[in-house]
Formats: sequence, C-alpha cells, structure tokens
Amino acid sequence: MNFDLTNDQKMLQREVRSFAETELAPVAPQIDVSGEFPWDNIKKMAKLGLLGIIVPEKYGGSEFDFVSLAVAIEEISRICASTGVIVAVNNSLVSYPILQFGTEEQKEKYLPPLCSADKLGAMGITEPNAGSDVAAMESTAKLEANHYILNGTKRFITNGGEAGIFVVFAYTDKDLKYKGISAFIIERDTPGFTLGKHEELMGIRATANCELIFEDAKIPKENLLGKEGDGFKICMNTLDVSRIDIGAQAVGISQGALEEAIKYSKERKAFGQLISNFEMIQGMLAEMATQIHAARLLVYYAGYCKDKGIPPRFSKEAAMAKYFAANMAVDVTRKAVQIYGGYGYTKDYAVERLYRDAKILELYEGTSEIHKIVIARELLR
Amino acid sequence: MDIIVCIKRVPQTAEAKVEIESSGKDIVKDRLTFDMNESDMYALEEAVLLKEKFGGTIIAISLSCSDAEDTLRIALAKGADTAIRIKAEDFDELDGYKTAQLLSAVIKDIHFDVIFTGCIATDDAYSQIGATLAELLGIPHATLLTNIEVIDSISHVHRELEGGLQEHIEISIPALFTIQTGINVPRYASLIAIRRAAGKEIKLVGQNEISKDQLLLNTQIEELFIPPVAKQVKIITGSPGEVSKELAGIIREKGLI
Amino acid sequence: MILDEEHRSFKEKVGRFANKVVAPRAGELDRECEFPWDLVKKMAEWDLLAIFLPKRYGGAGLDTLSYATAVEEIGRVCGSTGIFLAAHSSLGIYPIYIAGNEMQKDKWVVPLARGEKIGSFGLTEPMAGSDASATQTTAKLAGDEYIVNGTKCFITSGEIADIIVFTATKDPSLGYSGISAFVVEKGTPGFSAGKEEDKLGLRGSVTSELIFEECAIPKENLLSKESDGFTIFMETLDSGRISIGALALGIAQGALDASIKFAKSVIKAGKPLYKRQSIQSMIADMATEIEAARLLIYQAAMLKDAGKTFTKEAAMAKYYASTIGMKVTNTAIEIHGILGLSKEYPVERFMRDEKLMEIGEGTSEIQKIVISRKILGK
Ligand SMILES: Cc1cc2nc3c(=O)[nH]c(=O)nc-3n(C[C@H](O)[C@H](O)[C@H](O)COP(=O)(O)OP(=O)(O)OC[C@H]3O[C@@H](n4cnc5c(N)ncnc54)[C@H](O)[C@@H]3O)c2cc1C
Ligand SMILES: Cc1cc2nc3c(=O)[nH]c(=O)nc-3n(C[C@H](O)[C@H](O)[C@H](O)COP(=O)(O)OP(=O)(O)OC[C@H]3O[C@@H](n4cnc5c(N)ncnc54)[C@H](O)[C@@H]3O)c2cc1C
Repeated sequence: MNFDLTNDQKMLQREVRSFAETELAPVAPQIDVSGEFPWDNIKKMAKLGLLGIIVPEKYGGSEFDFVSLAVAIEEISRICASTGVIVAVNNSLVSYPILQFGTEEQKEKYLPPLCSADKLGAMGITEPNAGSDVAAMESTAKLEANHYILNGTKRFITNGGEAGIFVVFAYTDKDLKYKGISAFIIERDTPGFTLGKHEELMGIRATANCELIFEDAKIPKENLLGKEGDGFKICMNTLDVSRIDIGAQAVGISQGALEEAIKYSKERKAFGQLISNFEMIQGMLAEMATQIHAARLLVYYAGYCKDKGIPPRFSKEAAMAKYFAANMAVDVTRKAVQIYGGYGYTKDYAVERLYRDAKILELYEGTSEIHKIVIARELLR
Repeated sequence: MDIIVCIKRVPQTAEAKVEIESSGKDIVKDRLTFDMNESDMYALEEAVLLKEKFGGTIIAISLSCSDAEDTLRIALAKGADTAIRIKAEDFDELDGYKTAQLLSAVIKDIHFDVIFTGCIATDDAYSQIGATLAELLGIPHATLLTNIEVIDSISHVHRELEGGLQEHIEISIPALFTIQTGINVPRYASLIAIRRAAGKEIKLVGQNEISKDQLLLNTQIEELFIPPVAKQVKIITGSPGEVSKELAGIIREKGLI
Repeated sequence: MILDEEHRSFKEKVGRFANKVVAPRAGELDRECEFPWDLVKKMAEWDLLAIFLPKRYGGAGLDTLSYATAVEEIGRVCGSTGIFLAAHSSLGIYPIYIAGNEMQKDKWVVPLARGEKIGSFGLTEPMAGSDASATQTTAKLAGDEYIVNGTKCFITSGEIADIIVFTATKDPSLGYSGISAFVVEKGTPGFSAGKEEDKLGLRGSVTSELIFEECAIPKENLLSKESDGFTIFMETLDSGRISIGALALGIAQGALDASIKFAKSVIKAGKPLYKRQSIQSMIADMATEIEAARLLIYQAAMLKDAGKTFTKEAAMAKYYASTIGMKVTNTAIEIHGILGLSKEYPVERFMRDEKLMEIGEGTSEIQKIVISRKILGK
C-alpha cells in the first residue's frame, strides 16, 4: 500500500470538499445550536451518491470502496461533524450489514431507499443497561407465527428520530448468551414501535439521537437479518467496519480545527507580534499536524485492509485507527481552542463546536477502554 | 447541439503565499494546489444545461501539461462526453495568441455549434483566448455572458457591461461565447459519474498532429514581480470631535472628496 | 499488509539476521562498550551496509523503504548496531552519493558500501548543534589544498571511521552561505580523534570528537561546489531522519515484544500479568503508537522513493517515532517493574538507547520548527 489516493478518490475528495465548503459550512453552526436535523443537505448528498458510497450500483449505490468512504466522511466532518455522523451511520451501520448479511429480497427492498435517503437508516444496539457490554441487552424477540414480537428499549440511537429503516438487535434465545442475539430490519411504521426521549447532546447535536421503544412490536418474519443467533457476529463485524469511518470523522474534525488554528495564528497579535511567531504556538501546530497525519494513515490503512481482505479479520487495525484517531481528535481540538485563547471558548468560532463534537468519538461504537481490550487481546493471544 | 468547452487548470492563489521563481518569469508552483479555472466551471455547466435541453455532445479541451488530466476528468464527471488534452509540453512557451492558435488547430476539424470559454483565467488574466479563437475560426463571438438562450439557431445573450448595465444581443450559431461567473450554479459531480470518468480515456494531441512551424508567439514575459505594498495606515486618537476634525482634514488634503 | 511481498520478505530476512546474529551480542556490546566489528563484517556479507545504493557503487540496489525496514529490524534487537548502520549508510555514504562526482564515488562510496571502510559525518560542533549556521570549523583554500582548523563533537563512528564527510566554513561570519562539505580520510596529517564520549545509551557505538589542526585536505575532496554545504547536509538530514525514525521504531518494537513476553510469563498476586486491565491498557497504547509510527516512517520512505517531497513527512515521522519511542520504552520498564531496571532484561537498555533518537539529526524541537514552517507556509 502506498497511501496515494486513486484518480477517482481524488475527484471524490474534491467534489465532497467543495460541496461541504459551500453547502454544509453555512448551516453547521446553526444546526449545532438548534439541533435541527439537516434534511436538505442529506437529500442533496443522496443525489450525489454519498448515502450509499459502499453500496453496489444495482442497489442504487455508488460502489466505491472503504478508503473512499473514509475520504468522504473526513471531508464532510471537516466542515460539519453532525452531517458526517449521519452519513457514516447510513453507510456503515445500516447499509453495510444489510448488504453483507441480508437476503436478495432484503437488499432490493431496503438498500435503494437508504441510498436515495427516501428513508434514512439507524442502528440500535445500546440499551439503558447495556452499553459496552452488548450481551447484557434485555430486548427480546419471540417468533409467533409469521412475526417476531419485539420488546425492549434502545437508547442513544443516532438518526433515531428521523430514520425510516432500523437495524435492531434483540435476544431470540437468552439461554444461548451472546449466541442467542439476532438482528432485525425494522421499519418506522411498525405497530408497537414508538420513539422515546430525544437526547440533548454536548456535541454532534443535529443527529436526531433518540430512544426507540418496542412494545409488542410486530416484525415480519422475513425481516430477520441473517439467521437466528447471528446477531452478535453481525454486530461485531459491522462495528469493525464502522470504526474506519469513526476514525475518518476524527481526522476530519481535527483537520478542520487545525486549519482554523493556522488561520487564526496568522491573524492574531500579542506582545507586538503574530502569535504564529511564538515557538510554543508553532510547536502545538506541528504536534497537531503530526497527530492528524498519523491518524489519517491508520484510517486509510484500516480501510485498505478491509478493501483487500488482508488480514481477513482486521479488528486490530480498525480498533487502532478508531482509538488513536478519537484520542487524537480530543487532543487536537483542545489545542485548537488553546491557540484561540478566550475567543476559542465562545460560539463565535468553530473550534468551540469542534472541541465538543470530538468528545463523542472516544465513546461511541466502543469506548477507548473497550478498544484497548480488543487490541490487547489480539496481541496477547 | 454539439458544444466545445475550453478548460484551464490554474493555481489556487486566494489563500496561498505566492512567490516568484528564480527565473523571474513564473511563480513557484510546487506547493500550490490546482483546480479548474473558476469561470470555466460556469462555462461547463452552461454547456451541460444546453445539452440537457437540446441533446448533442460536449467536448472538453485543455491545452495543458499532464497534471491537468485530473481537471479534464472533473469535466467528464460533470457532464462532458469526451476530453482532449493538447500537450502543452510539446509547444514550448505560450501566450494568449499561441494558445488560441493551438486550440483552433484542433477545433477546426471538429463539428460544433457552440464554443464556450471562461471569460478570464484567474492566473494570467489575459482574457483574450475566447475572442482570438473565434477570429481564428472565423465565427462570431460575444464576451462576458450572464445569460444565454438558443432559439432556432439564434442565440439570445446578455452581456455584462460596466456600471451594472446589461446588453442584449442576438448572434447566429455557430458562435463562441465567453462565460461570466454567476451565470448559473455549477453542479457537483455524482460519485457514479466520478467513477465512470475515472476510467475514461483522454485523447492526446501533440506535435505529431499539429505542426509547430506556423505558431506565433506575440508576447514574452519580461519580468513577474510582486508589487511593493505601500503602507498608509494612520491611527487617529483623541476625542470624537478632534478625530473627526483631523480625519476631515486628511480627506480634503488628499483630494479624496 | 502495508508492505508488498518483496519488501516484506526482505524485512523478514533482516529480521532473521537480527535475531540470529545481532541479538546474542546486544547485551554485551552495551555492557562492555564494545564496537561490533564482527557484526559490521556480517552485515557486509549480508549486503546490508548500503541497501539503497545502486549496485554499480557496491550497494544492494534496493530502495529507502527497504533500508528503513532493515534499520528497524536491527534496532529491534540492538540500538548500537542500528545507529552504526544508520550513520554509515545515511550519513557516511549518502552525502557522497548525492553530492560527489564519479571519481569521488568510486574512491569512497564503493569501499564504504562493501564494508572495507567505515564512514561517518561530522556536522555538530561544541558551539553549533541545532544551529549549524554557527559552524566555526574553517577551511581556507591555499593553492591545491584546503587548510582546515576546528573541532567536531558527538560524531558517530568518528574515531574508527576511515572516510569522514564534514562541514566547514570559509568564514564563520557568513552563516549558512559560507559552509562547504568535504571528505577527510583517516590518517591525514593534522586530523585526529579527540575524546570519546561515555554515553547514557548506544554504548556499543563510538561517538568521538574530531580535531583538525592545520589539516591540509586535497582540493579534490570538496563535495560539489564551495558553499553547497548547507544544501548537502539538509538533504542528508532529511533522509537521515527516516532512518533515525526507523531506529526509534525498531527499539520501541523491541520493548513491546519484551513486554508482551514478560506479561505472558509472569504471575503476580495469583493472576497472570497479562490478564490485568492496566497492563493490557499499556500494551494497547504501545502497540497503537508503534503502528502509527510505522505508517509514518514507511510513508515518508515511499514518498522519497517516488521522488516526491518528503521533508515535512520525514520530520513528522522522526519526531513522532522518537517521542512515542521514549514513552513506549519507559512503559516497558513499568511493566517489568523493578526487574525492568536489571540488565537481565533488555528494556532498560532500550530506554537508554532510545533517548538519542529525540536528539540526534535534529532535536524534537527542531523537527517541530521544520513542520510548523511547512504548515504555516513560511
Ligand atoms: C451521541 C451518541 C450516539 C450514539 N449512537 C448510537 C447508535 O447509533 N446506536 C447504538 O446502538 N448506540 C449508540 N450510542 C451508544 C454508545 O455506543 C454507548 O454509549 C457506548 O457503547 C458506551 O456504552 P455506555 O454509555 O453504556 O457506557 P458503559 O458501558 O456503561 O461504560 C461506562 C465506562 O466504563 C468503561 N467500561 C465498560 N466496560 C469496561 C470494561 N470491560 N473494561 C474497562 N472499562 C470498561 C467504559 O469505557 C466507560 O468509560 C451512542 C451514544 C452517544 C452518546
Ligand atoms: C550519540 C550521539 C551521536 C551523534 N552522532 C552525530 C553524528 O554522527 N554527526 C553529527 O554531526 N552529530 C552527531 N550528534 C550530534 C547531534 O546531532 C546533536 O547533539 C544535536 O543536533 C543537538 O545539538 P546540541 O547537542 O548542540 O544541542 P543544542 O543545539 O545546544 O540544543 C539544546 C536544546 O535547545 C533546543 N533548541 C536549540 N535550538 C532551538 C530553537 N531554534 N528553537 C527551539 N529549541 C531549540 C534543543 O531542542 C535542545 O532541547 C550525535 C549526538 C549524540 C548524543
């Protein structure tokens, strides 16, 4: 691997960057304050093919690879982290498992609306009493004639409040422990499925994060994803993939923060000179650029591993990319605020938002602690 | 309607630090990023809009070095059907006139109804390629278009004049138009179009196809320099009354009103 | 994998060499402050002394990436041998290869590549470390000779080297623009080695003062033109940084390997060490940072091999690898507990060896200046 982008990846990068700078930049600060879901932009992005980047053309997607997905998510997140997450979830957390584990009928039915954003995707694993410990989930699904009857509550679900297609996990057989978890494709208008509380978040505030409540929800039998008991495998496999684009979000947010900090350091004066002349400021900028560069290489490398299928399981590479990049983003955005001084603490400048947006990266889709466990397990086998 | 769009790849200098090369005749380019000239993007979009209305084909042409193939591929992704690169590396030094000659040498053998160029290149700002090319091809032209409508082989165009005036003229096609920015809203290329464009071949034309003999170079760059900046900042302090009095004095003294 | 088949099998080959030939000697080289003459010979036999150099100059005809992986592999078991290899190749051979004429290359590069001669590079002076423009050593042209006066310090392989590239100025007040690069051969009258440094780490490598007293050097020993010295050493350091980064990476990998082995073999308070989360957390951090450093170094090497600019990337790679290298080697001792301080385990040596990587060929502070200059467009 030589880390160079291919021709089509470079073009994709240019188009997504120019889209983000023109269309996303003006709304990003507004939706951060209002929490309003950016439907307009999501629809426009669907037209460009960004909602189904990794989905084959025959299902309405753009048929690019995972490095390309990372490039796109980085460019979107550089300008608007909320939009980056929404697009990432639709691609890797929802379209990907359907593509990978769905039947032909399921793919034909659900992938086209996901790609066109006629219906947006969301994924429900987490529950009030089951976060890092997925197997502690309490939701259950019982087969009765042609339907599974689903009961339980999912919490913290990105896109939850606005999505039309949900991939949800529940126990079909509690006795089998994690081998008894199954995955379901659930439509928004399913009887017995309602939305609960909307979360007020610290960052990525426009992502319609919402509780999902299932009370004797009737899911058609054919909406089981994979086989009964495949849920845990589907979940882990999907999280490996989505770690690539959480890493890409981190790189994008940080790149945005670095560029802001560079610009500001060349305008702001203190003690009679530009702050960019101070060695400590230069030192911080150099550290930030180095950290971002390293994270970007790790993310590309994880994407490359996925695309080439080497090594066949790339949990370690994906975990390293996500863990490193998330950690890096919190540090880099903190430094960006520092370079802005007091102004960085106000809503007048993007770095304040980027700093808040970065924190979630260390938490979702596996906390940093869980990632370290994954990495150490591979090394200490 | 068959349309030709001339496209240039230019350095993005808005936020970059521009330095002069040691030859004194060019800028240092290795740390700059390059992209399609701004008004060319509008020209391309205008071509795509016409094609959507009337059918036909769009050919994007660029006289440039091989790096510019990226830019031509962008044009393909945004709606051009084919792309031609005239190999700049084959033709030594270039100026506006020589560029127009090379473009016309290629275009004269192609069927077209309309040629679009940008109204100005943001790097050398010659603004003469369009008009010169039209003359060399013996077709009418209009510059600085802000609107175009084609009805029965007659194009109705609006030109932007100084002072906010617009001129409306009618020109029969084939004709050449140079396009002003803002005439439309250029589209983004979809990912599928990008993937298709990435695989397309770009036709190359070089010294084997065009003889160098008759090409004329009319201008030569003597020197490129960054003009010295004259600092004229004066900060006036005092009470509002004193400040306004002094300010008024300065304005009167400099003849600014 | 990051490396293609060819590079991977080359790296594995050097890895086997390191394990079999170098590793058994590492501890005693450090303890006895012994220079590994035997290993130099072995490395010559294995064609490792000039990996990136074309075959017609006696090199292996491979690329920078191969070279970086070799330094990494040697460094994984022995920092002293690693620094010798890096200095010999990147600092001894490379400047003559890029700046020398054909005669100079035949005369000096070929025997260096074959390991018949030892190479070294004298830039640093007592009053000119990070700031090489302060070079005080003078070289004045007198007829067909340059008369050189001055002192160089901290020169890797200085005393044992046969062929030494060094910098000197025609006038110290001229700063960078007065500096030229020359070659001096061992035994030239007026040229001698001064004190040998007694160092924290890399104790199996030789670090010496070089003294020039009215030393007459033939005019033909000038590399390139007068006043080209600055460009030559900047280019040398740019690519040298890739190898110092690779060495930092290798040492860190050695420390991680040792830590994993230790954690898996030791039971503390009734529980294998590796089953403890605090140990797992340290190991995960070490491995992740090492992986990031590895990608940075390989990418910088690939950029150089592709003929692209790589100054910023090499500075990032060297700065990052040495920074995390210190952190990783320190954590490795932490994992070993008190045993980590004992010479029975290699980790205290790794930490001592690693410290130089933050200093040599541009301190971390200097790397940050290089990087920030690039990103600020200065
Ligand atoms: C904005 C946002 C969006 C989200 N989007 C989604 C979504 O779309 N779909 C979805 O299913 N979920 C989503 N989540 C949920 C998210 O994935 C969980 O919050 C996350 O998995 C952590 O679970 P928890 O919050 O219950 O923390 P807990 O599991 O309770 O962890 C608390 C602390 O204990 C640590 N810890 C836990 N176990 C261990 C262990 N074995 N060893 C060491 N330390 C441990 C954790 O690292 C953490 O520091 C989202 C969350 C947020 C905040
Ligand atoms: C084992 C060993 C091997 C070596 N091998 C060689 C060799 O083969 N050839 C050779 O030529 N040299 C060699 N060196 C020398 C090495 O390259 C120098 O030590 C190094 O360049 C730093 O110079 P210095 O020690 O004079 O530190 P100084 O330049 O005095 O630096 C002291 C401190 O000030 C900081 N500092 C300096 N300038 C700035 C600035 N502008 N901004 C911010 N901070 C600054 C530095 O980062 C450092 O923290 C070797 C050194 C050692 C220890």
